[in-house]
Amino acid sequence: MQIRIKIKRYNPEREPKEQWREYAVEADPMDRVLDALHAVKWQRDGSLAFRRSCAHGICGSDAMMINGRNRLACKVLIKDLKQPITIEPMRGFPVLKDLIVDMTRFFEKYRQVKPYLINDTPEPKTERLQSPEDRERYDDTTKCILCGACTTACPSFWANKEYVGPAAIVQAHRFLFDSRDHGAAERKPVLDDTMGVWRCRTIFSCTDACPRGIQVTKAIGEVKKLLATGGPPPATAVPKPS
Amino acid sequence: MARQVIHHEYDAVIVGAGGAGLMAALEASKRCRVAVVSKLYPTRSHTGTAQGGIGAALGNLEPDSWEWHMFDTVKGGDYLPDQDAVEVMCREAIDVVYSLEHMGLPFNRTPEGKIDQRRFGGHTMELGKAPVRRACYAADRTGHMILQTLYQQCIKQGVAFFDEFHLTDVLVSGGRCAGVVALCLATGELHCFRAKAVLLATGGFGRMFKVTSNAHTLTGDGCSIVFRRGVPLEDMEFFQFHPTGIYKLGILVTEGARGEGGVLLNGKGERFMERYAPTMKDLAPRDMISRAIYREVQEGRGVDGKDYVHLDLTKLDPDVVERKLPDITDFVRTYLGVDPVKELVPVQPTAHYAMGGIPTNTNAQVVADAKNSVLTGLYAAGECACVSVHGGNRLGTNSLVDIVVFGRRGGRHIAESVGKMELPPLPSDALSRSHEEIGRLTSNLGGESAAAIRTELQQVMMDRVSVYREETGLKEALATISTLRSRYRKVEVEDRSLSYNTELQEALELGYLLDLAWATTVGALARTESRGAHSREDFPKRDDANWLKHSLAFATDGNIKLDYKPVSITRFQPKERIY
Repeated sequence: MQIRIKIKRYNPEREPKEQWREYAVEADPMDRVLDALHAVKWQRDGSLAFRRSCAHGICGSDAMMINGRNRLACKVLIKDLKQPITIEPMRGFPVLKDLIVDMTRFFEKYRQVKPYLINDTPEPKTERLQSPEDRERYDDTTKCILCGACTTACPSFWANKEYVGPAAIVQAHRFLFDSRDHGAAERKPVLDDTMGVWRCRTIFSCTDACPRGIQVTKAIGEVKKLLATGGPPPATAVPKPS
Repeated sequence: MARQVIHHEYDAVIVGAGGAGLMAALEASKRCRVAVVSKLYPTRSHTGTAQGGIGAALGNLEPDSWEWHMFDTVKGGDYLPDQDAVEVMCREAIDVVYSLEHMGLPFNRTPEGKIDQRRFGGHTMELGKAPVRRACYAADRTGHMILQTLYQQCIKQGVAFFDEFHLTDVLVSGGRCAGVVALCLATGELHCFRAKAVLLATGGFGRMFKVTSNAHTLTGDGCSIVFRRGVPLEDMEFFQFHPTGIYKLGILVTEGARGEGGVLLNGKGERFMERYAPTMKDLAPRDMISRAIYREVQEGRGVDGKDYVHLDLTKLDPDVVERKLPDITDFVRTYLGVDPVKELVPVQPTAHYAMGGIPTNTNAQVVADAKNSVLTGLYAAGECACVSVHGGNRLGTNSLVDIVVFGRRGGRHIAESVGKMELPPLPSDALSRSHEEIGRLTSNLGGESAAAIRTELQQVMMDRVSVYREETGLKEALATISTLRSRYRKVEVEDRSLSYNTELQEALELGYLLDLAWATTVGALARTESRGAHSREDFPKRDDANWLKHSLAFATDGNIKLDYKPVSITRFQPKERIY
């Protein structure tokens, strides 16, 4: 069938202002929005610029605003959208060309929370033990693909770009609730700050935007509670291996 | 606007930021100055889509040994893997998995708190007696967790990244590698990286096929560029089709789904794998299952007479499906509107993995001829390389083992070597090939469209060079590829802007795919036997007397010349391959 798709175009090398352009392309109802973007690029206008790679919701390249909500273009099907489908870049980061935004600040914030396991105890010969219950505590936040959909859907972030943002807090959560990690004190200055978790106003836009189904607002709430109570819950004792 | 050129100097440059590249970067950057050049943000790399697990004989749930892992890998590869390399991989797999755990990788756990392990295709105990739990996993996002963990460690260690830089050339001068050239996608500048060592970790090239599990960006950039520079490509005729791609889309459904108890059913509802592999059944190696699916379809037992079969997960505990296989469950629900807990999943073989690639030794050094002569300063690891640990067919989980083991070995070898080396001189024409190629594509008025050529290439490769092959079809494919290569010279990139010219990038990538499809087809036509993933209908038997050897494809004067080199056989003599 033929579908209509409206894309906010921007190429500063050609035209200083952004412009909406509408395209009609052939698509199947079961096609992804990404397929429709490819149809535009490959049949109508090769200069259309967007990021994409895996095309099934794992690499996190193609987060964009689709019919007003942050989505991965490869995880939304045409049949589920009203037409004309409107597509624009994620809000809150500088637009570089068409749907491509500058992610530099996003990854800076990610780095601020020290997104790596901190544990200076000597490494054992085999694995560090961790009970399935302790592993479960941070399971949800290990799913994050750093697409940026949550942070750029957050009104608190739009209002103040210094806010560390939901994605970085999700990453912090992944380590703070890992029984092997000893880095809570090192991460505290960034998180326990007016530009840290306390900037979150529990609006739930992040949870709605997450293409991985992470309970982002809940994770932020758990980090708030951890900071307020002074530390993560103690690890469950693991039985000694026989 | 003129294209700017910017020069850099490093001890080592790593191209590609998937598992192999990041592992190499972690090791090398401990002792020397390293830059990682990647056309994607590192966390977008295709390692992140690996699902089911990483094989290592930890023996956490039942007895296991690296020798059994080695045997399975050799037999799985239809006796084409180099056994010295397989031994290195299976021994080091154990240590490298513990090392990943120490870096923070969130593996699933046993009740005792150890790394949990599950069954996977072709992995057995006691040299083939029964399936074994060897795949260490993190739900069905093991690759995602490996990629994230390695990137986290690189941040901790302060590794320098050049993100969204597209490789355009590998500089070889005076018989050694001197660096690389890359196009900065954001600015359109060309960056020349002069370096003592270059490690290519640019991944596979499944995008030469129509139905593939591979990302759009998997276009074999590193393989093609060194091929043009005179380095041979090894065993290109071996390309793996994974049996369970989501119908029409090719998106992978992990073998772990069958490891957890899922089975394949034909159109009559029969468990057909019992007929093809009586012991391992649905956990036979991928090449055998993909062939079995093709046979079922050919003989009229596809579902509704079509070209697919069903994966049945409905007999599994729904909790196992939701908790241990959450991502594939989500894919099937999202893209097919099918609930795998209650309904059958339509699947078909999907182009998945290149066993072949840039020939290397076990230190990931590129070896550029049949005598395994080292090309100083050039390394390759991961899917773009051919060590060869996978031979004719890779076992599930072994791609992740390969990238971390040989990425680490390459990184270590670089760290040990560069201290004794001087920065090599750059060739005087270092930038010329990159300028020429980009210049031609962006000034052509030939009117050919890269997208149209790519579609035709993917179709002919899917029709003629996939699970089953035969002489007439392969010759047809070669003729088509030759025509497409001529048309490629007239490809016109309409976008002339510098910043994020993704049309130019796709045109460059198509050039790489055309080279690799050509080498694959030439190798497939020459190999008149069936071994592993290379199945010739006109030569249905394995022929050890003539073909127990690796092929090497050299690009010479507009042609491909084939040479061969022997297989390393240490512990396991070739036997008939029955599962």
